[in-house]
Amino acid sequence: MSVEATARQPQPLFMSGNEAVAWGARLARPHVIAAYPITPQTVVIERLSEWVAEGKLDTEFLHVESEHSALSACMGASALGARTFTATSSQGLLYMAECLQYASGGRFPIVMMNANRALALPWNIYGDQQDSLAVLSSGWIQIYIEDAQEALDMTIQGFAIAEHAEVLTPVMLNLDGFVLTHTYEPVDVPAQADVDAFLPPFRTPSKMSLEAPTSMGFTAGPAHYTEFKVQQHRAILRAERVASEVDQEFGRRFGRSYGGAVVSYRCDGADVVLVTLGSVAGIVRETVDRLRARGVAAGMLKLRFMRPFPEREIVQALSTARSVGVLEKDVSFGHQGAVFSEVSSALAGSAARPALLNFVAGLGGRDISRNDVEQMFDQLQVATVRPPGERVRFVGVDAWGAGELCSPRTIAGGFGEAERSEGDGVAGGVPKGGANPLRVPNSEENGNG
Amino acid sequence: MASPFVRPYVRPRSPDDYPIGPCFTAGHLVETNASWRSDRPVLSVERCTGCLRCYLACPDGAVLRAGAAVRIDYDFCKGCGICAHECKAQAILMIPEEIKDVR
Repeated sequence: MSVEATARQPQPLFMSGNEAVAWGARLARPHVIAAYPITPQTVVIERLSEWVAEGKLDTEFLHVESEHSALSACMGASALGARTFTATSSQGLLYMAECLQYASGGRFPIVMMNANRALALPWNIYGDQQDSLAVLSSGWIQIYIEDAQEALDMTIQGFAIAEHAEVLTPVMLNLDGFVLTHTYEPVDVPAQADVDAFLPPFRTPSKMSLEAPTSMGFTAGPAHYTEFKVQQHRAILRAERVASEVDQEFGRRFGRSYGGAVVSYRCDGADVVLVTLGSVAGIVRETVDRLRARGVAAGMLKLRFMRPFPEREIVQALSTARSVGVLEKDVSFGHQGAVFSEVSSALAGSAARPALLNFVAGLGGRDISRNDVEQMFDQLQVATVRPPGERVRFVGVDAWGAGELCSPRTIAGGFGEAERSEGDGVAGGVPKGGANPLRVPNSEENGNG
Repeated sequence: MASPFVRPYVRPRSPDDYPIGPCFTAGHLVETNASWRSDRPVLSVERCTGCLRCYLACPDGAVLRAGAAVRIDYDFCKGCGICAHECKAQAILMIPEEIKDVR
């Protein structure tokens, strides 16, 4: 089948995050797509299968009976030297769990989109990051996407990173379920010819072939297993440099680049920094701007990659911060958010010892409001002058952090000082007795005002 | 495809000496594997018609082609006896390992 190559769209197309991923996958021209539909990823699979049916995409589309089979089929195809793509979400990602480790250990450079969604039970189809962060150690490169354009571009970049000879590691592209997968934005769609030039055909060093037979997926006993794992570890570490080079090359060719494993936003000289990942970065960025306008030295550090983990960049970006919060949509039950653990571990080796707070929010698709993010920065400001107490705070639950908010308004530049509490003599403009259910007074306030 | 053979084992010194992922040239054998055999197949070249039933039936690839007949690779034969069972010419007999002088 010959497929007519699409030209660059003269103007941006209006599409959802899911459709942007589908376009990215289409332009990367995978030989094989094996996938099983699951909310909120389904549209990716629908678009790709429609294009195959219409003859617009020359791909072997395998309608498999499960996610376990989807990734298994991708591994088999990848072993033959095929470029392969799949997409999943939540329960589907966990159903693949065995194959995730298999694919990374086998060094199959599969690109997979994951629509971040909550895990059962209770049953819930809405967005959070518990799924991908539960498989953080599966040996995959993990990228967290903020908007639809980045979704299209990173699907293409994902293949360039995964298939790089020094990497040969599968890539998981994470899009927040619904918030990003179902939001429509204008997206620039590059020309097929330009993507072809950027993304040369995949050449695997370990091709299954009759001419040069190989033994694939063999056993390695205690004497040798470690060395294979060391190789995997080194390859995924090298991916940080490779991803940066790929991003720069993409920028030269397409005029868009995304700036490596972290994006530091107004972190220079910042006192309080909120670290986060995924689409919620938009509202955090906006909040930082409002705070800065009020003279608060606030910043945001967006993590684009969780694996490889950009420890050096994080330490550098947070070097001036007096308090650091981590906003994430997951929790490792019995400890703290998985991202918070990682960021804390990075900072343990640095000279800076900021106060650390973990904001667990957005679970099961609960909205993270502008007010929520403002309160996070409020609490971070309090933490610059007072030991924070309980560090893991479930946003919106049990008057989260109210104990820390009881008298923060004496802090210079504190939130709402100018607009809410001008000379009214009430801390933070919140009347005692707690008109705002999120800011009810606690024992400390009752005790000593 | 050439028959595999046992090669001297060179121990890798660093992870860089290993293949990228568990994938390597097929048939790269560095040790023999036949220690649990209790009976061994012994071939009568005079009786062998070269039909290759044993060659096709051997589950371990331990029957090798040799000119008009076959040869048994005792480094890898597990002694299952399928070759002797399949041989129409009764050219293969299973001989207990304790009996050393039958070749």
